[in-house]
Amino acid sequence: MIPSIPQSRFVRFIYTAYVVLFFVYLAVPLIVVAIFAFNDSQFPSLPWEGFTLAWFFGDARPIIGIFHERTILSSILTSTIVGVSVSILSVAVGTTNAFLFNRYQFPGRGFLYVLMLLPLVVPGIVLGISILVFSSTIANAVWSGFSLELETLRPGLGLVVLGQFSFIATIATLVISARLQKFDQTLEDAALNLGADRLTAVRTITLPYLAPAMIGAGVVAFLMSFENFNTTLMLVGSDAPLTITMFDRMKEGSTPILNAVSLLLMVGSSLLALMMILVQRRS
Amino acid sequence: MTPDLECQHLIKRFGETQAVDDVSFSVPQGSFFSILGPSGCGKTTIMRMIAGFLEPSGGDILIRGKSVLDTPPNKRPVNMVFQHLALFPMMCVADNIGYGLRRQGMAKAEIARRVEEMLHRINLPGLGQRKINELSGGQKQRIAIARCMILNPDVLLLDEPLGALDLKLREHMKIELKALQSEFDTTFVYITHDQSEALVMSDQIAVMNTGRFEQVGSGQELYYNPQTAFVAGFVGESNRWIGRVERIEGREAQVLTENGLTIFSSSQGSSLMTGDQVEIFVRPEAIRLSKKAENLDDLRNRLSGKVVSVLFNGAASNILFQAEEELEPIEVALPQSGEMTNLARGAEVAIGWTTDQARCFKWTDG
Amino acid sequence: MKTETKIGFILLITPLLLWLVLLIIIPHIDMFLVSIRERVGVRQYQSSLANYGTFFEEPLYIWTFVRTATMSILATLITLVIAFPASYYIAKMAKGRTQSVLFLLCLVPFWVSEIVRTFGWMILLRETGLVSSVLQWTGIVSGPVEMLYNDTAIMIGLVYTSMLFMVVPLVTTLESLDDQIIEAAYDLGGSGLSILREVIIPHAAPGIVAGSIVVFMLTLGNYLTPTMLGGKDSLWFTELIYLQFIVRFNWELGAAFGFMLLLLSSIIVWSVLRLTGQTLEKTMG
Repeated sequence: MIPSIPQSRFVRFIYTAYVVLFFVYLAVPLIVVAIFAFNDSQFPSLPWEGFTLAWFFGDARPIIGIFHERTILSSILTSTIVGVSVSILSVAVGTTNAFLFNRYQFPGRGFLYVLMLLPLVVPGIVLGISILVFSSTIANAVWSGFSLELETLRPGLGLVVLGQFSFIATIATLVISARLQKFDQTLEDAALNLGADRLTAVRTITLPYLAPAMIGAGVVAFLMSFENFNTTLMLVGSDAPLTITMFDRMKEGSTPILNAVSLLLMVGSSLLALMMILVQRRS
Repeated sequence: MTPDLECQHLIKRFGETQAVDDVSFSVPQGSFFSILGPSGCGKTTIMRMIAGFLEPSGGDILIRGKSVLDTPPNKRPVNMVFQHLALFPMMCVADNIGYGLRRQGMAKAEIARRVEEMLHRINLPGLGQRKINELSGGQKQRIAIARCMILNPDVLLLDEPLGALDLKLREHMKIELKALQSEFDTTFVYITHDQSEALVMSDQIAVMNTGRFEQVGSGQELYYNPQTAFVAGFVGESNRWIGRVERIEGREAQVLTENGLTIFSSSQGSSLMTGDQVEIFVRPEAIRLSKKAENLDDLRNRLSGKVVSVLFNGAASNILFQAEEELEPIEVALPQSGEMTNLARGAEVAIGWTTDQARCFKWTDG
Repeated sequence: MKTETKIGFILLITPLLLWLVLLIIIPHIDMFLVSIRERVGVRQYQSSLANYGTFFEEPLYIWTFVRTATMSILATLITLVIAFPASYYIAKMAKGRTQSVLFLLCLVPFWVSEIVRTFGWMILLRETGLVSSVLQWTGIVSGPVEMLYNDTAIMIGLVYTSMLFMVVPLVTTLESLDDQIIEAAYDLGGSGLSILREVIIPHAAPGIVAGSIVVFMLTLGNYLTPTMLGGKDSLWFTELIYLQFIVRFNWELGAAFGFMLLLLSSIIVWSVLRLTGQTLEKTMG
């Protein structure tokens, strides 16, 4: 079942057909979403009422395009702010973690490593509620102890960032560790030998080497934050990120504006991913 | 007696390139046959066609007289020892050796008995439960062979299996492989780019270059009597000159090299004409070395000059000899019989060789 | 340790500990504490297992719990069965450029939010959707068919959403299988099925386990897909948690549900690792 092993034409044909079907299956929902963004109709479904760009640029009822739709625009901004925060936090902690696990042998290292992996196997919604419960416990205690209301510990963007960070940090750690592991430590020794001190050596030699992985981890973290739903749902306050806004819209009944948003998302994330691949390839 | 393996006018094309170009040969039963050639010469392609992983573009492959072209690899009576051995890392040694028997649906107890017997034959008794990654290079080698031999193949193919071993172990495994072959009395077809592997182990060697067999013969034949310039250059060490034929007299050709050296060489019956471009090969060990020029009077080619450098390498030591400034140095074997051991750089010496030791072949550029 | 390395060590371990202790360990302990308290009056609580009692006494809760678990396992198996041949094709049949292009194509749906993917299936499967229209047009059915709001729709959505997390680990492990190993197995008389069973699957085991664990986790904890594609009777356990927390504001019961979900996923992940002799570090790390 590799090319060098003779197979009957029939088996080969069936197999190829299967793979083609598989990719069709992967593509169809996305293609459908994209196409109906241009349907001049109130519903993202057949019949096809003609091509329009109104779901992007329309500014009068009945069709208000996304570029004139306040709630959606502001939730895109919210998602971006959350995404950037999560991505910066995750890369920072991911990098320190990578150095810790790669460079230090200490009692409890194995245990901490497994603990670090756990957020990947805890359902997102459970991460969300546990953080919700804990932050409320603190907020309530502060309230009854000092009569002080800590807004940041109530559902809102702060908690959303913390909730997403709690598991995206694991992924950033894994991505960055993988690259740090391949780093030839004698390069750092050479820098020391040439007169650099430990910190300078890390800053001038190791960090540039890690940069592609850090950028990669940052992009992945941003994308994961942008599309996160489960954890966010439990921690969100009045400012809704995009996924939550779209979810609410969809429950009310969808219009092609959702297709338009989705198409923008697809293009945006594909561009980001492409950029990441280019960065990775260059190194 | 039908040969175990016979290839008739075998051809393989990949797009425009002709990887194997009309190759025919047959391997008699129980012999050790090697295909020797540089990488990219098409030897791996031949082997993969025999094993069934490539389909020939033309020609036929017969095993014990029967064409196997329509037989898929898992049904062919040939087995293969892969370049990186391809032992199954997910199985223990016994399961690796018993794999083929399990495929034949043999009873478990019988498989276990035969595997144990095979482990004894390859001198690794009691290692059945070991993991593959716990074995040494030499042990892996033996298991890869045992895994095939337990199926009693008509032909065992070996694809440069010694390549990954270090030098010492490789020397040892050459002897061991040869011993295993005579012990099993099975036909081995071995491909390699290492001439010493081929020369030490083989009954017959085919030297291959750019998709064709240059010469097929025993190691001695290839070494002492190369039929083409490629074989002369590839098998063993040689000094090589390019020149023009000045005069032909019987089998002797008088050649003037590019740097102005005159060499009397043997044309070995090939039809050379005055003015032809030729290549001449002379082995370092075929050149006689003497401190006195008169000792070499009986030799047709004689030169006097200096030792430029001594390349000491134990038994395989050579010197670099130069007659005059403008001539390129000649490598000459350093005799180990005593009188030459104190030879140093700058020493005045004479060298010489017979006409027959200088083989000349017509040279076509490129 | 030298002072310098000691300071470095402390600086490096602090963020890790802050993250794990404040965002993972204490919140989960707190959630457990909330789940074992019972409200007896205004702002008055006592420790009890009443919430877990409620969980086990109410058939709807138990039923939803079991249903969610079984459907998640089923979705994982279906994803594995669909993904394996495709991953194998990408890893072993396709070569060079085709291979990397196919692999990238598999990643595309992941770059897009789950909500978009679910939305796509809604457009396809609903009564006025594409599949229904195509079926009517070809004459297979006479009127519109509703394919949304049932368990099959949920299953399609879950499998689709999880596909990537199965394909990536499978392709990675299958790619590391040397072609020569497969050729050797054929050469020794193996047939397609026996090689699959004895060589390919054992080699791919770490990838299969890693993919299955991730897919199972994501499916079990999924909220969006079952809510959007499922009908009124196809409740998912996460919907119950949401209901208790956000709608009923009964955090005690919600926390108990959350803890049950965590327990279930831990037990299943742990036993899969045990059964296959893998470890979390090896499969995830």
